[in-house]
Amino acid sequence: MVEEEGFRRYVAHIILWIGIAIVAFPVYIAIIASTQENALIANGQMSLLPGGHFLQTYYQTIFVGTSGSTREPVGNMMLNSLVMALMIAVGKIAISIISAYAIVYFRFPFRMPIFWLIFITLMLPVEVRIYPTYKIVADLHMLDSYAGLALPLIASATATLLFRQFFMTVPDELLEASRIDGAGPLRFFWDTLLPLSRTNMAALFVILFILGWNQYLWPLLITTRDDMQTIQIGIRKMITTTDALTEWPIVMATAVLAMLPPVFVVIVMQKLFVRGLVETEK
Amino acid sequence: MANVTLRNVRKTYPGGFEAIKGVDVDVGDGQFCVLVGPSGCGKSTLLRMVAGLETVTGGEIDIGGRIVNGIEPADRDIAMVFQNYALYPHMSVYNNMAYGLRNRGMAETEIRTRVDEAARILELTSMLERKPRQLSGGQRQRVAMGRAIVRQPKVFLFDEPLSNLDAKLRIAMRVEIRKLQRRLNTTSIYVTHDQLEAMTLADILVVMNGGQVEQVGNPLAIYERPATTFVASFIGAPPMNLMSTRPEEIRSQLAGSAAADAGILGIRPEDFVITDQTPAGGVALPLTVEAIERVGAETFVYGCREQEEQHVAATPGELPPGEIIVRIPGTDAPAIGAKIRVAAVRNKLHLFSGDGRKRLEA
Repeated sequence: MVEEEGFRRYVAHIILWIGIAIVAFPVYIAIIASTQENALIANGQMSLLPGGHFLQTYYQTIFVGTSGSTREPVGNMMLNSLVMALMIAVGKIAISIISAYAIVYFRFPFRMPIFWLIFITLMLPVEVRIYPTYKIVADLHMLDSYAGLALPLIASATATLLFRQFFMTVPDELLEASRIDGAGPLRFFWDTLLPLSRTNMAALFVILFILGWNQYLWPLLITTRDDMQTIQIGIRKMITTTDALTEWPIVMATAVLAMLPPVFVVIVMQKLFVRGLVETEK
Repeated sequence: MANVTLRNVRKTYPGGFEAIKGVDVDVGDGQFCVLVGPSGCGKSTLLRMVAGLETVTGGEIDIGGRIVNGIEPADRDIAMVFQNYALYPHMSVYNNMAYGLRNRGMAETEIRTRVDEAARILELTSMLERKPRQLSGGQRQRVAMGRAIVRQPKVFLFDEPLSNLDAKLRIAMRVEIRKLQRRLNTTSIYVTHDQLEAMTLADILVVMNGGQVEQVGNPLAIYERPATTFVASFIGAPPMNLMSTRPEEIRSQLAGSAAADAGILGIRPEDFVITDQTPAGGVALPLTVEAIERVGAETFVYGCREQEEQHVAATPGELPPGEIIVRIPGTDAPAIGAKIRVAAVRNKLHLFSGDGRKRLEA
């Protein structure tokens, strides 16, 4: 990194601050709006200073929901989103680390064709295979269930590829030393490979959790019951109301709440995440 | 404690490449055997076959009276030290050493006794809780040794364990390994490409080339009586001077010897003396000095023979044709460009058949 001096450093900082302001301002507006009265927002007279309805609005959002026809407490939506995001993140890591282990460390018939099959799924995200996937999930009676929400998104190759690349950088001598130390394939996986993959798993968890949390199309398709709604769908439904005024404070509060878990995950796992992306020493 | 016997051991890879072409070696109980050769000669493959990390496609490997061809590495009662140490990066030094013992279901108190003992021998006691990345290269090397020692195996296997260390540390560790092996009296097989390491460590030296054994024996015996020109030029630094006996200049001096016709003459650099006389039965060569290397205790003189001669079989470390290295004690050397005469006495001459595959008696 080049250490800039004097004037140029100030210019750099000013540009950074402008960037931060541009990114942060809408978030600020959302937080402020969630503390104001709906009438003020609807009139276009919203102040840029916090209003006095913070506790009331958030209480209503989390435990009651909007007063319109699709009233569903956001707390429940968050729970649905959380379960889905966790299932996707954990399920995908678990499946892909095992399949990557098989592909890298075992010689079995059709190893390469199987690898290519997995690889090809990269070209087929849910959006592309949406009809057949829906059909399968419907036939398995998994509509309106957590399994239906998570399973189709678990099946994809990105994480398998990432672990494969990582395993290939692990020196062969570690495996050989393990064999001499009397560790079989499962032992080697559990005692050596998993601990070494810790930072990679953390980085992947952050990415997959946010990916799962932000799913929109798939949950929209397969959930019909209100109590299975995820928060991303919920926000959308709140905005388009036919018979009443949009309750903006509640919409904004929901948006703020929807931001919190990903932010929390990133903050908690930041250190591991960065190490997982940049670490080279094995 | 065990003998290790290799009987006509072969390794052919699925592609048809023959890496080991029938090797017979017998390592006695408690002996230190060194496999040495240029890279690609199959020495590491052979060691890995003894360890059980490579399959054996022909012949028998016998450890302590048991044929181990089909036995898993963990059950062969061996321990191996790898070139890159292969320490488990996420485990402490203690756990690195204890891991293999735990996998065998040994009691934790017994493990602690063994690890503490090994740590004491290797001066690692204060580092048992550290992770490998917090250790220096030499310390990691000692942990790798410790991991081998705690198992109390029948055989130690070393795969170029010192080549990742700097020159000074390498010499220190070399001495330590030898002392340790003497003390534990465990049969050891050690792979290296460094002929100096090989000479200093070995009870039995096995010189390999192209998947075959060139010569087996006591290191000094091999040095004094190399069986082929390959061994002659590989063992000893700087390498032995090899030259064809065909030119009249040499042939006439070797008159009456078995190698006088179409053979190869070898003379070690240290066996030359700069002199105007020709010792009876010896060989003298006129040289033009081309370069001088002074290393303190000794000086290497690079000379060119006046008469260009034909090329002798190419082997690693070989000199360009017509070039001769002379090693003289001290720092007193002739000037560059000077014409000198060097000579070697009769019993310091090495004579080989024309293809370099057979040693002839002078």
